[in-house]
Amino acid sequence: MLEHYIPNQLERGVVQCLIAALAVLGVMLLAHRRTPGLLKEISFAELRGLLQIFAVGVILAALLRGPAWTSIFVLAGMIFAAASIVRKRAKQIPHAFVLAFTAIASGAGTILAVMTATGVIPLKILTLIPVGSMVIANTMNTQSIFLDRLRGEVISHVGEIESALALGATPDTAVERYLRAAFRSSLIPAVDNIRSLGIVWIPGIMAGMVLSGASPLYAALYQFVVLATIFSSSALACFVASHLVTRRIFSTHSQLLLRA
Amino acid sequence: MECRDLARDLPSQPRRFLVQDINFSVERAEVLGIIGPSGAGKSTLLRLINRLDEPTNGSVLFRGQDYRSLDTATLRRSIGMVMQRAYLFPGTVAQNVAFGALQQGRTVSGSEIDELLSEVGLAGYVNRDARTLSGGEAQRVAITRALANDPEVLLLDEPTSALDEASRDSVQRLLESLIRERHLTCIWVTHSLEQARTMADRILVLEAGRIKTIGTPAEVLPRA
Repeated sequence: MLEHYIPNQLERGVVQCLIAALAVLGVMLLAHRRTPGLLKEISFAELRGLLQIFAVGVILAALLRGPAWTSIFVLAGMIFAAASIVRKRAKQIPHAFVLAFTAIASGAGTILAVMTATGVIPLKILTLIPVGSMVIANTMNTQSIFLDRLRGEVISHVGEIESALALGATPDTAVERYLRAAFRSSLIPAVDNIRSLGIVWIPGIMAGMVLSGASPLYAALYQFVVLATIFSSSALACFVASHLVTRRIFSTHSQLLLRA
Repeated sequence: MECRDLARDLPSQPRRFLVQDINFSVERAEVLGIIGPSGAGKSTLLRLINRLDEPTNGSVLFRGQDYRSLDTATLRRSIGMVMQRAYLFPGTVAQNVAFGALQQGRTVSGSEIDELLSEVGLAGYVNRDARTLSGGEAQRVAITRALANDPEVLLLDEPTSALDEASRDSVQRLLESLIRERHLTCIWVTHSLEQARTMADRILVLEAGRIKTIGTPAEVLPRA
């Protein structure tokens, strides 16, 4: 219907955004009594999100004219931003930014490089940046959950950890159980995404591919590729973080630094 | 073992000392009782000796060597610690008892574990799930776990304070008999003046993070 009244795609997009934003505000107004304060927060979040994604669109439009290697800088910028967000979640963990940056860069960087080298992800800005951003964003979420859960586990088991240290255990042994719990928890969303693929949700990239004219069968298979890539990247990032985090939460003399 | 000018300040507020100017030594097979009001720094002092916290000043001499020059894990195996609560690890009683040895790549035989558990009155508990134990039983396992490392010095941080009255008495009697029979070198933080009087060769009174006095029970404590 909108197409009929607004033939220009960009103008139509702005109107579509407005309608979607109004729907959110309408629902929040309805639920205002239950969640006072959220209305203001979601209004700012909507505005911020819209401006950010529009800025990305502008950058993408500019980059599309350049060579494929320029996407590395965009992806590196995304990893930097992702690590900053993780750092806020893991404030109590010393040098969390460097930790998160190293983990996300190792996880997402390695998996994206492998996928690009094998031709699974075409070496084109048009695919590399959207797929890369999905991989990085999901890896970031996994990192946030991993570090937040680990912090919680360690803080609530200080007695057990220090008992292990007092018996001569290394920091790695003393926190192994809690690292495992955090690792497992952080990957639950990624596992559930793969498990429920097609049944509970048809993710955006598939919808996008179908909308832009790709075969639904190919779009379906490619969606699996994207989710599997996200899982590998998230798991690898957590694996790297689990090896680096012990040195941040213990001193060089095996003293636990992370406390409530 | 000797503490020399040992001090630690609050990490968030440097120059606000939790303990300071701590100087004392403990002889082999001696029991040193540490008493003092809550917040006097008793637990902090034990944590410094076990190097669970880092001193901001001073050090501990262990076997005549500055303990900062020793490997931390080896030091902690030689200076055992029993905390206020047992903090047992998930698994069986035997796995808890064998934990320390496992860290050295050593296994403890079933008969050794049996023997140790019998000594603390827990014969037949080898395969019991550690989570199903009562407070008193758990603390006995924690004591066994510390002793299984065969420590040269044993630090006891009010090991009976979190127990009910019946368990408190039995664990206290157990510790008293273990210390006498094994001739353990002990630093025992306690709230009970009576316990300090009967068990300690010397008593150190800590107040506001400083040593107020140190001497034999007769010198330090009022007559009963």
